[in-house]
Amino acid sequence: MKPKVAFYWCASCGGCEEAVVDLDEEILNVVNAVDIVFWPVALDFKRRDVEAMPDGSILASFINGAIRNSEQREMAETLRAKSQVVVAFGSCAQLGGIPGLANLFDAKEILQEVYGDGVRPQMVHRENGHSLSLPEFFDTVLALDRVIGVDYYLPGCPPTPKIIAGALHALLGADLPPKGAVLAPDHALCEQCPRKDTRPEKLVLKEFKRPHQMIADQQTCLLAQGLACLGPGTRAGCEALCPQGNMPCTGCFGPTSRVRDFGAKALSAIASVIDGNTEAEIARALDAVPDPAGTFYRYSLPSSLLGRRRMG
Amino acid sequence: MPEAFEPKIVAFFCNWCTYLAADLAGTSRIKYAPNARVVRVMCSGRVDPQFVMDAFAKGADGVLIGGCHPGDCHYQEGNYKALRRVELLKRLLRQMGVEEERFRLEWISAAEGERVKIVIDDMVEKLRALGPRVPARRQEVA
Repeated sequence: MKPKVAFYWCASCGGCEEAVVDLDEEILNVVNAVDIVFWPVALDFKRRDVEAMPDGSILASFINGAIRNSEQREMAETLRAKSQVVVAFGSCAQLGGIPGLANLFDAKEILQEVYGDGVRPQMVHRENGHSLSLPEFFDTVLALDRVIGVDYYLPGCPPTPKIIAGALHALLGADLPPKGAVLAPDHALCEQCPRKDTRPEKLVLKEFKRPHQMIADQQTCLLAQGLACLGPGTRAGCEALCPQGNMPCTGCFGPTSRVRDFGAKALSAIASVIDGNTEAEIARALDAVPDPAGTFYRYSLPSSLLGRRRMG
Repeated sequence: MPEAFEPKIVAFFCNWCTYLAADLAGTSRIKYAPNARVVRVMCSGRVDPQFVMDAFAKGADGVLIGGCHPGDCHYQEGNYKALRRVELLKRLLRQMGVEEERFRLEWISAAEGERVKIVIDDMVEKLRALGPRVPARRQEVA
């Protein structure tokens, strides 16, 4: 019997599902090697099908997306019980991801922004003796490992086909990686960047620029050109996809194992290249970083040390 | 009567200036608020922003970094590095709902024992007015 695997999505955009399909022909090998027993985006299995499975009967569940409502938490808990291994798939599951930026607000503020004073979704609806309820919308978005135990992490927004294929091979092979491992290289992205030899020994900048304010040279280190490229603080694995597309790294692969708080460390890396010794000079250089939380915690606010903006 | 709120301050003092100033304040028997827990670091430039986040995450009401005056750094420019990080970190903390009075960088030379008293007393007074800080983590769903 082939080992069973499941895919599930929580608070996510669908890009991680797309990434699985992006395996191209490799997906045929995956389908040959495993039985996919649950994948709501592609296959018609229901929640009750999963609930009927014996505990531990799924070899691995790949869960993408952050946890932002009670339904997602329930599904994560169910899949945890049914699976031998749970993989946090992609930035949102690993670190909280882009949906995690909602932690700069709370549920009340978000509902007010979206619905204003108009009609609000009703939590429970009754009709002809039937009732339907909506999941509870949390104040705080959580990374997957805040609600269930996670065995492995696949970083990336989304993880690249190469990273996914590598993880599948590792899980189906005889030598399992140590529990808690992030299945990507444990060094900074600059190591994989084709521009790395153009990075000056001592890098100092009078000012930063935003990507729309300039046409960056195709070969030179983007940080040296004044773009706040987070490559120096970000885990390798994507093979510098964004810098190869002439855009600075935004940090989706998260931190290396030596860093606890990605945003604080990335902030430190960026601040360190400022050429200015007075508050005024430094403030001028920082004008092109108008949203530090959105820049440095773009993918990791829920897993940061503070976790969210303070409420109330 | 409810007990008065005693703010907890985590203070990172550089080995060469501010820590010596705190030492001087002690040997000079200068009296100041006992609310600061001093952590000696070799240089204010050694203070990783993660230390500041960790202090706030663990329940500090305020974080104070003390370093040598500009131009006086034992390592030439560590205090400038601290200043650059602090300026950016202040902007980030504002977005995270941490009031600006809670995070401070001060230049205090080894001769300025009195200034340690002034800064800490002033910070304690401002934190007392702000009230205790509930770490955001404790506001999450269970």
